[in-house]
Amino acid sequence: MIKPELICPAGTPAALRSAVDAGADAVYCGFQNETNARNFVGLNFTDAELEKSIQYAHDGGTKVLITLNTFPPAGKFDLWRQAADTAARLGADACIVADIAVAEYIQRKHPDMRIHLSVQAAASSPEAIEYYVREFGVKRVVLPRIMTVGEIKGLVEEIPCEVETFIFGNHGLMVEGRCSLTNYVTGQSTNMDGACSPAACVKYERADDGSMSTKLGGYMIDRFGPNETAGYPTICKGRYRADPREDGYYAFEEPISLNASTMLPELINAGVHAFKIEGRQRSRAYVKKVVGAFREAVDAIMAGQEPKLADLVALTEGQKQTEGALKTKKWR
Amino acid sequence: MTSHITPPRPSRGVGALPFTPPLPLFLLQPVLNRIVRKIAAENPDMFARLGPHRHEHFLIDPTNMPFMLYLRPDPDALDFRAINRCTTPPPHVARISGSFLDLLTLMDAEQDGDALFFSRDLIVTGDTEAVVCLRNALDDVDEPIAESVADMFGPPGRAALNALRRAAENATKRKEAQS
Amino acid sequence: MSVELTLGPNLFHWSAEKKRDFYYRIADESPVSTVYLGEVICSKRTPFFEDDMEAVAERLERAGKKVVFCSLSEVVIKRERNLLRDWSQQEGRDLELNNTAALLYLKGKPHRVGALLNVYNEETMAYLARQGATHFALLPELPRNVIAVLGERAKELGVGLEAQVFGRASLALSARCYHARAHERTKDNCQFVCENDTDGMTLRTMDDRPFLTINGIQTLTYGYLDLLADMADMAALGVTHFRVMPHTCDMVAVTRIFDDVLKGRMEVAEGEARLRDLGIDAPFINGFYRGKAGDNWVDGTEAMSA
Repeated sequence: MIKPELICPAGTPAALRSAVDAGADAVYCGFQNETNARNFVGLNFTDAELEKSIQYAHDGGTKVLITLNTFPPAGKFDLWRQAADTAARLGADACIVADIAVAEYIQRKHPDMRIHLSVQAAASSPEAIEYYVREFGVKRVVLPRIMTVGEIKGLVEEIPCEVETFIFGNHGLMVEGRCSLTNYVTGQSTNMDGACSPAACVKYERADDGSMSTKLGGYMIDRFGPNETAGYPTICKGRYRADPREDGYYAFEEPISLNASTMLPELINAGVHAFKIEGRQRSRAYVKKVVGAFREAVDAIMAGQEPKLADLVALTEGQKQTEGALKTKKWR
Repeated sequence: MTSHITPPRPSRGVGALPFTPPLPLFLLQPVLNRIVRKIAAENPDMFARLGPHRHEHFLIDPTNMPFMLYLRPDPDALDFRAINRCTTPPPHVARISGSFLDLLTLMDAEQDGDALFFSRDLIVTGDTEAVVCLRNALDDVDEPIAESVADMFGPPGRAALNALRRAAENATKRKEAQS
Repeated sequence: MSVELTLGPNLFHWSAEKKRDFYYRIADESPVSTVYLGEVICSKRTPFFEDDMEAVAERLERAGKKVVFCSLSEVVIKRERNLLRDWSQQEGRDLELNNTAALLYLKGKPHRVGALLNVYNEETMAYLARQGATHFALLPELPRNVIAVLGERAKELGVGLEAQVFGRASLALSARCYHARAHERTKDNCQFVCENDTDGMTLRTMDDRPFLTINGIQTLTYGYLDLLADMADMAALGVTHFRVMPHTCDMVAVTRIFDDVLKGRMEVAEGEARLRDLGIDAPFINGFYRGKAGDNWVDGTEAMSA
């Protein structure tokens, strides 16, 4: 039985240290530009911060994975090249990559650097994964959040690289890397700019009755009653009307978070090599609580004990949680 | 499968604090000045994270207090003032509202801002980007801000903070018990 | 350099009869040079048109049109993987792939790269061209300055470059079927409700503003792309093929307008006016190409600076 690594988010150096201290096997983080898919204001690392953070992580026995998980638009490829070069120079343990040419560059220029295939590459079949492994020597694939445990088990047996699955955090239903909804209403692209619902385009409007509307690029993407819990201000978590649903409904997905804590033993049995916690945009309080809870759970399972899982529901979107695709295909 | 917890509305009224009313606001001002200068001096990186938003004014609104706080996190022109709730607030790019305790624990990096937002305990209006940026910048401040504020007041300050934290824990327990 | 008008794959679920009639009319009356055929969105829809594909393809070819077969875009379950493998082993016609899994099968053989595969930069384009890609359909969200760089490299590589200029643009794909969800069904039990929405199902905001279009697992723009005014500029940048997407409006009229403007037989202004007379019940948009939010309509024909 493989003991899966716990892969933890770090949006700031302080969050990175929290993750290391809470027992992360690896942290993932990105630069302060569009080379990563959480290119949000006030978040991410300068070169100097990354250098210190890698030192801190390595001293604590934790690996650092660099997210280069966006798609360089033509004419701007140099920024991604520089980011890969910096990651290699600072001794990062792997780069998480989505674009074919970025993978090719790292393989050619930094042959010792491990390449992890980002979920943004949307490799959802053994054939797609095999293509990336053959072409670029990909060592690990981060699976889209659309497979059942049974499907993951089959995949692990079929593909020639390690498998990483999400176990906690945002539960979006669009295929990552294949979504330009944000660009449709804001002019900023998730794939090219690393911007999903950039805060500058989000507006919250309160009405006198206590209800709140969320607007993105001028479109009302949701309206909450006074006592309803809220979600991320993304189009895919919004409420809309359609002819069969005149009252409005969550057309894509409710505000809900993935929490696979009850599925951990099955995922370990399926041979998954790494568990990923989403949330580089979250606070270090979140990092500390979630990483700590899953550290204990994984250790307990490996020791043959029943995992005691702290209640993480308060940290979930809309304060609701789901096992997502892992349990059943019915959600499709 | 989904489970759904609807949290109760945040409890209001925490009781008097040693450095908040009944003190008149003008007595509060020197304390606020010391707080921001200390944080600014110890965390120069925070301003880089704030980028252009450091020049903007934020209105921090502890909904269960008789005052609001007015902040410009600009190292060259720091401004942190208590203002009377009954007057029209001066110009600001964004307003962050929540119970005093939630705002304090948020500053303390004990609470996750997104979680408070999801539960509607934290309400943001105005320039969302500026608020997200301020939140991210404060989250990278290592030394808990509430702690260092309390330290400035010596043992009475720390005692007050501990009392506040106990109140926060109790409020959380009440929430959990009700759900 | 010569430019050509093409008809992209029909993304929506039309009955076999409706599809057959549509393509026969295109064969007889439309000026498009190339027609893309095949189910791109949903593997469950493929059986409906399977029996007619060859007859339709031959009819189009007899009318002098080039026929290209398109692959599925989402390939996850066993049935989809088998469909993709069989699809990639076809011979005799050009193949346009929309999923990276197909690259495994088609490496080293000539193939086309579809608009649902992520080619954002000239380096990825060059890499795929070295492996056999001869023709690239651009992602709808690319702005002019990005297309300019891709156009330069496409010329050097000697590959075709195709841009969508009409119809709803694809914005997102999912593993979940949103058509089934709207009808409180699952994908496995969808009963093909998407057949009732032949141009997709409109999503409106809670304040009743039309916003997006649902087509099974796909989300598209509500507005229709109209890049009539930009085609000359695009051609100068290196775009060689101009793609019109099938809708229920009079597609013979649409393709004639675009072909006339493209070949210089009609002024842009007249083309725009005629397009607006066709009764298309949605706004026209061109924001992506012009570097704005995609839902924008920007007036004027002047070339934009990068």
